[in-house]
Amino acid sequence: MRAAVVVFPGSNCDHDTYYVLKDLLGIETDLLWYRETNLERYDLIVLPGGFSYGDYLRAGAIARFAPVVQALPEYIERGRGIVLGICNGFQILTEAGLLPGALTKNISQRFICKTVKLRVENNATPLTHLFRYGEIIELPIAHGEGRYIAPRETLERLKRNRQILLTYYEENPNGSVENIAAITDETGTVFGMMPHPERNSERLFGTGDGLRLFQGVMQGPAGTPLP
Amino acid sequence: MKEFLVRVLVEPKPELLDPQGQAVERAMIELGLKNISGTRVGKLIKFRLKAISAQQARERVSEIAQKFLANPVIEKYSIELEELE
Repeated sequence: MRAAVVVFPGSNCDHDTYYVLKDLLGIETDLLWYRETNLERYDLIVLPGGFSYGDYLRAGAIARFAPVVQALPEYIERGRGIVLGICNGFQILTEAGLLPGALTKNISQRFICKTVKLRVENNATPLTHLFRYGEIIELPIAHGEGRYIAPRETLERLKRNRQILLTYYEENPNGSVENIAAITDETGTVFGMMPHPERNSERLFGTGDGLRLFQGVMQGPAGTPLP
Repeated sequence: MKEFLVRVLVEPKPELLDPQGQAVERAMIELGLKNISGTRVGKLIKFRLKAISAQQARERVSEIAQKFLANPVIEKYSIELEELE
């Protein structure tokens, strides 16, 4: 397996994600400059957290036109591998129309940085199959624009297709509709999540729950059946 | 070629909760401005554009507004054109 962590101007979780993939899991991983368009060799492409282009205009609005993002539709269409957007990466994927909906300002108007509880709503995906259905996990969030919004018919479709993967549990920190924290697309190969799994991948930093997401992708697409 | 001053106004869609607008409205009331409601905070993007006609200018601005300046899931936009001498 070979992974890429994309580096945009303003990415700041790229090295943390690289560390988890390369040093903790031993995956061959490249830091991929945002001007690259050849994605052929990668089984996993991570768009990391940060503030690409300073979040100017809207978070992700400028990065979505970066060459590497423009190359993603073909990569996805061919079913070449997994695309994972974390935080700013999720915002970029929604802006690019590769995931439905949008991420807008937190209800509190504040940047929120803390560990939250999440419920696993679908564990039959490459990203979540090492979790139990309904399991409560802990991951940190760190965002000012994380309130997930989508038109009613999109939400119905997300629910019907079980595209909602993680929801905020007990407390909804940002006002996301349906408590949504992570979703996948209709192909089941594109993932977006506001929480940061790379920041809780070792017991030193908490429960270590984040590591299992990356391990899940590494172990292949085997999904455990839904209850 | 004519030259136009373009103003694209982007604002949150009416059905979308705008916490920024609410916070600004509360502050305006505390500062003594009475009888206000419905405050929304958006953005203004202003630039000059050369085009053959106002119609062509408007078409080109609409295209970039839909594609880039506004996110149609959460925002709506309006365009103002002013011909420069």
